[in-house]
Formats: sequence, structure tokens, C-alpha cells
Amino acid sequence: MNDKNVPLPVARIAPPIAPGVPSTAGADFLTTQLDALVQWAQKNSLWPMPFGTACCAIEFMSSVSSHYDLARFGAEVVRFSPRQADLMIIAGTITDKQAPILRKIYDQMPEPKWVISMGVCACTGGFYRAYHVVQGVDEIVPVDVYVAGCPPTPENLIHGLIELQKRIQSGELARHREAKTYVPIRVGTDPQVESIPAWSKSVMAPGRAHGHEFPEMADTAEAEAAEATKDAVGGKA
Amino acid sequence: MSATLSASSDVSFAPLIERKFPDGSVHLERRPASDVPTVVSTPAASVEAARFLRDDPAAAYDLLLDLVAVDRLKLDGPPSFRGDERFQLNALLYSTKRNEHLRLRVALPASDPRLPSLIEIWPAADWFEREAWDLMGIRFDGHPNLARLLTHNGFVGHALRKDYEAGQRWLCTDEDVLQTKLAARSDLPEDVFETMTLNFGPSHPSTHGTLRIVLRVDGERIVAAESECGYLHRCFEKMSETHTYTQVIPYTDRLNYCSPMINGNGYARAVEQMLGIEIPARAKAVRVVLSEFSRIMDHMVCIGANLVDLGGLTTFWYSYQAREEIYSLLEACCGARLTSSYARIGGLSMDVPDNFVEWCRKLVKSVTTHIQEVDTLLTKNRIVQKRMSGTGVVTKEQAIAWGFTGPCLRASGVGYDVRKDKPYDGYDEVDFDVPVTTAGDNYSRYLVRMEEMRQSLRIIEQVIARLPGGPVVSDDYRVVLPPKEMVYNEMEGLIFHFKNVFEGIQVPAGEIYSYTEGANGELGYSIVSDGSGRPYRVKVRPPCFPLFAAFEKIIIGGMVSDAVATLGTLNIIAGELDR
Ligand code: SF4
Repeated sequence: MNDKNVPLPVARIAPPIAPGVPSTAGADFLTTQLDALVQWAQKNSLWPMPFGTACCAIEFMSSVSSHYDLARFGAEVVRFSPRQADLMIIAGTITDKQAPILRKIYDQMPEPKWVISMGVCACTGGFYRAYHVVQGVDEIVPVDVYVAGCPPTPENLIHGLIELQKRIQSGELARHREAKTYVPIRVGTDPQVESIPAWSKSVMAPGRAHGHEFPEMADTAEAEAAEATKDAVGGKA
Repeated sequence: MSATLSASSDVSFAPLIERKFPDGSVHLERRPASDVPTVVSTPAASVEAARFLRDDPAAAYDLLLDLVAVDRLKLDGPPSFRGDERFQLNALLYSTKRNEHLRLRVALPASDPRLPSLIEIWPAADWFEREAWDLMGIRFDGHPNLARLLTHNGFVGHALRKDYEAGQRWLCTDEDVLQTKLAARSDLPEDVFETMTLNFGPSHPSTHGTLRIVLRVDGERIVAAESECGYLHRCFEKMSETHTYTQVIPYTDRLNYCSPMINGNGYARAVEQMLGIEIPARAKAVRVVLSEFSRIMDHMVCIGANLVDLGGLTTFWYSYQAREEIYSLLEACCGARLTSSYARIGGLSMDVPDNFVEWCRKLVKSVTTHIQEVDTLLTKNRIVQKRMSGTGVVTKEQAIAWGFTGPCLRASGVGYDVRKDKPYDGYDEVDFDVPVTTAGDNYSRYLVRMEEMRQSLRIIEQVIARLPGGPVVSDDYRVVLPPKEMVYNEMEGLIFHFKNVFEGIQVPAGEIYSYTEGANGELGYSIVSDGSGRPYRVKVRPPCFPLFAAFEKIIIGGMVSDAVATLGTLNIIAGELDR
């Protein structure tokens, strides 16, 4: 994977002091930014926790098995315990009955953690516009990468993973998290992805607001607008 | 379209019913010859009728396949539908001794529909009745635990009633799911003094998706168990009612997503039977070939995943290799790896690639090798034998009482296979065997699956050896989209195209139960049509459902680790279980 847009960790090998004279540290040494090094390490050692519920889980199995071998991209150690994982891959339809469990498992994962929503069911409810299906998992957990497809091909999932790695490397996701803004990445083309929030609100039972609130999930634009108003109000006062 | 009504001439025990129920409370209904014979009963006489149907040697309907509840609120008919007869409950029965199907029908009033529970006649009715209560609001008197099954406890109303809005959701909170009645149960054995409650799932690697089992264990021994499903209830049946007949096909793919082709074929066949159309020979042959390949994929995943749970990861990679190869063939045929949506009502969506036959031949060879590899790794492996033989035993009587079909029934000694006993799509023209074992344990189920894969290859070889030519889709343009030249050049073609796309296929009003052999057992579709372009009611009989319902009974007295092995060999597919 070589991508020009991704700043790799700055690493310099100290030149020997003089020909024949060993360098001061007894060996060559590296200088780099600590952040970049940590991000580089995080990106290449993602431990996925597959939250596989349905057909997409079968394609997830294809992605990790010998033919596609997700391990080549640094996400080898599939862990079914959330406490040992930092990447949740939600593969499959999430129903209302499953929703609290998904949230519980997400909460159990240690920081820093990322979420890939695999397949249109997880992204938007897919073609299940129905009484028992969550219309997009971002009703429940913040999602970093949306992978479209029903099911997405393993190639598409791998694409999603690479996109996530880029953002981890560049520090973009970490910065957003700190600033409490939230920018999802979309992989593949699916026009339905645009319409998530409106639909999910319209079908929720009246009088029963959703239990989980995410203040950090404000859209960037909205957050900026909010900042601007605050500034304006502050200015007046 | 055959409209010949017969008073179910093949029901040999008709005179017996008249003699036993002279007041007419139980009688035969006139049904088209293509549908299964139907016996109608009043709610009060239903248990009596059920007992007669099970016990009388001339009837001997010992296996309950499905309970189908229908809300006839919006069905055109006499006004009494809305008052006295709004609901209908159909019990679908099968006789393992006589190889016959039957429907027992009870009509129920709109206000407080209730009838006596059928559990004591057929224990398999337990979960089916809970489902009917959950989704249709029919009460069963005498049911020990008539709780919601597929939806959560925060749900209000009964979702499959015709006056329930398809998109109306209800919030589910922690309290609505994570509760168990097990801790409070008083019927646990007295001598158990130190037990603890152990929760499995719904997110647990060995529950393959979304099942939940709560165990009460004494050391490692299970003394009580309670299983729960519905975590993947995606409302297949409600969604079918809001789509045209053709649009339902992609939904059927996602029922048993390990072998999607079989589901689509079964559904298309049911609608074709309602329409009374025959599909071309080539379409039948291709359906058979791809169904058998799908069966192999399904069994491969079952065995591979089961071995992962038992601690052997290697088999999984071997079995997955076979899947990948079959995926490539499917992709060449229809463009999708997993969710094929290849079947159409009237045939197939497009023809197979030119090199289909050679490709299949090559595939048969390589899959044979993969099966051989798995066989060498496992069949004589001592660890596998020790873990699997003698665990998860289901006797023949139990299997029938619990409504098992498919490999699990055959592993318990009943050789019922729809492909053999009620052949369709030309299965009667090929030579294959149905493997049966009698031990009923995990190892037998494994052996049956291994042998079935080999038999599937045999079927494929014979079918591709004489694959018929010609079209793959019927030329009845009331059902099938006409070819593009016809649409662009002829007025009629355009009209047919328009009607098919906008109104959907017009299926004559009526009802059918149609069944094929799925990878897990008898896959049945009950379809009710009101004559419009959308199905009025679709109920699928998922083969897993009775298997998982019985799971909590099978594992009692065994070890926790055996429960995991048993769950694997039963092969529960959540998409099909919860729909
Ligand atoms: S996106 Fe498609 S393949 Fe994935 S879980 Fe949903 S229905 Fe199944």
C-alpha cells in the first residue's frame, strides 16, 4: 500500500560520525514525532472485533479467510472479546432488539477505537424499512467508515479498511475526536447513505426518543455553525 | 392455471372424519389439486381434530411442520371475515409413515382470537405458537410460556396484523432484552445446590451470529437452559407484503444466506405453482445444479464453523476454499457472489455462461478434492470423534416430535428428503442416495452432511451431462419481462413490460403451501394471494426454527462444551431462524 497523500513517520538515520568510527549511540538511531510513530503502529495493528450478525458476516469470513486474507493489511488478529479489540466491524443487520447489546459491546472496547459499518444494512437499514430494524447503526454508535454493498465484496471491505488506516495515520480522526466533531468516510457509491438521519427519525415510535445521545457526533458543518453563533453571541455580550 | 377443485381426493381417511365428527365441526375443504389437502376445524374441536390426525393410523400426521397465521382483514370476501373469521391459523402437517402433507385450518374471530394450545399433541408447536402470538396476537390457552419470541419486550402491538404500519418501530432498552426467567425458575431439580447462571451470546463467537442461550450450570453440567432468538428479526414477512412478487426474491436470498440459491428457487417455485406455469427444462436443470452447489457451500460452512468452535481452525480454511470456488461460478452466472437473486418467477434472470458445463466439471473435481481433504482431517480424527460421538443425541421419536427435517432428521433415522419423496425440478430423473444414520448424535449429523455433499456432486454430474438447451425463462409474458426487441418494436411487448414492472405479476387469488429441500431441511413457503401484484401473506417455514427450539431440550444434562458442538451440528442460520 503506497499512497502519496499519507505522511509517513519522519524517520532519519543518523549518519556515522566519521568513516570507520561507530556512531555515538552504539547503533544508528531514529528521530520522529511520537504521535506519528504511535499512529503508524496503530494503523498497522488493528485488532478487529467482528460484530457479525447476518449475511455480511459471511462475506467478512471470506475476507479473513485464505483467498482474500485481510491479514495482509495489518488487521489480522480477529478478537471476539471487545476488551481486546480496537476496531469494531459491524457486519450485518442490527435490529432494535440487538441495539442495546451493540452499544454495550462498543462501550466495553478500550480507547482509541474505530468503527467500520459494513454493508447497507448496518449503514442505513438497507432494504429493510421495517418495524424491527435499526435504520443505520449511527443511531447507536459513531461510525468512522461506511462500506456500501449488499454484501460488500471483500475488495470493498479491504478498501474501507485502507481508508480508515489513512485517516488513522494522518491523525485526522484523532483530531476530530479531540475537537468533538465527527466526519464519516464513505466507501463505494450508495445514494441511500445520504438519507440516514431523516428516515430513522421519521419511523421511530412517537413519544419514545432514542435512548442514546451523542453530543460528540455533531456534523462538522453544524459544529462550525454552532461555534460561529456562539462567537457572534459572545461578541454581542 | 388449473382451477379444478377437488375435495382432496387423495385423503384416504375422509370417511373416517365424517364418522368421527358427525356434527361437521371438522371437515375437508375443497382445494385446488396443486395445494395440500386441507381439514377445517372449529376452535373448540381443534385439539380433538389434531389428536385424531396424529393418532389414527389412516392419517398418522406425526410431524408438525409449521403454524401459519393469516389476518384476512383486507382480503375480499364475505363480511364475516372482519368479524367471526378475521384470523386463520393453519397447522401444516407431515406424515413420516405415509409421506403425505396436510393443512389443519382453524378460523378465529377478530376480538380476542384464542384457541387451545397444540403443544401436548405436537411439542414442536411451542415456539410456533409463541411466534403466532408475538406477530399476530393469537392466544393459545394452556401454553406454558406465551411470551414474545421474535420482537423485544418493549414492542407494542402485533406486527403482522394488516392494520400495523410496516415501519413503526419501538425503542428497545436494556431492560427489554437482558432479562432471564431462568434465575427465578422453581422447577429446577432439588439436589442442585450450587449452580450458577451462564450467559451465551447474543454476541459470542460460537453462537454464529445472534442467538442467545442462558444456561444454569452445576459445575460444567447443564441443569437448565433457555434459548432466545429474534436478534435478527428483519421482518421478511412484512416486507414481502409491501413488495411485488418479483421484488421478494432478493429478500428470500437473505433468509439462509449460506445457500441463497435454494431459497430463491423455492420461492419462485411456489409462485409458479400458484400461476400454474411450467418453466423450461434448462432453467430447471440450472436451478438443480446451482442448488446442489449451494447445498455443498452450506454444509462446508457448517462443518468448518463447527470445527472452529471445537478448536480446529484448519478445516475452516479448507472448507472455505471450496466456497470461494463455487462463489466464482455463481458470480459468472448472475453477477453476485453471495446474494445471487438469480431465480425469477418463470425461470432464471439470465442464461449461464458458455463454458458453464466445463466449469461445473472442473468444479466437481476440485470440490471432490476439498471434501476429501476435510474427510481425511476429521472423519477418523480421534479428538473429533470423542467430542462428537454420543453428544447431542436426538432419538427418532424426539426428532419427529420436535419437528426436525433435513440432515438432522436423517441423522436420527428418518429418511425423509423432499428431493426423493416428493421430487420436483427433475430430481426423480437423477440417481442419488439419501444418507441416513440412526445414532442421532453430533457425529452422525456430521457424517450425514459429508455424504450429502458427495451425493450432491453425483447429482450435478448427471445433470450437466445432459444439460438441455433452449431458453432459461418461460415465454409467458404476463409473468416474464418480454425481450427488449419486442418491447421496443411491438405495442404488446411494451404493454407487457409496463404491466410487469408497474403492477407486478398478477397471481390469481388463492393459497398454497409449496416445499423444497433446503440445506437444513424442508423449506416451505405458504403464500396467500388476493389477486393483486403483491403477496397478501408470505410465511416461510424455516428449517432451523424447530431445530433451535429443541436445542434447549437437547443439551440438558450434558457439558457446556458439548452444547457448543451441538449448536454447530444443528447448523442454526440466524437469517432463516428469525427471518
Ligand atoms: S447489507 Fe445485505 S448482505 Fe449485508 S447484512 Fe444486510 S442484507 Fe445481508
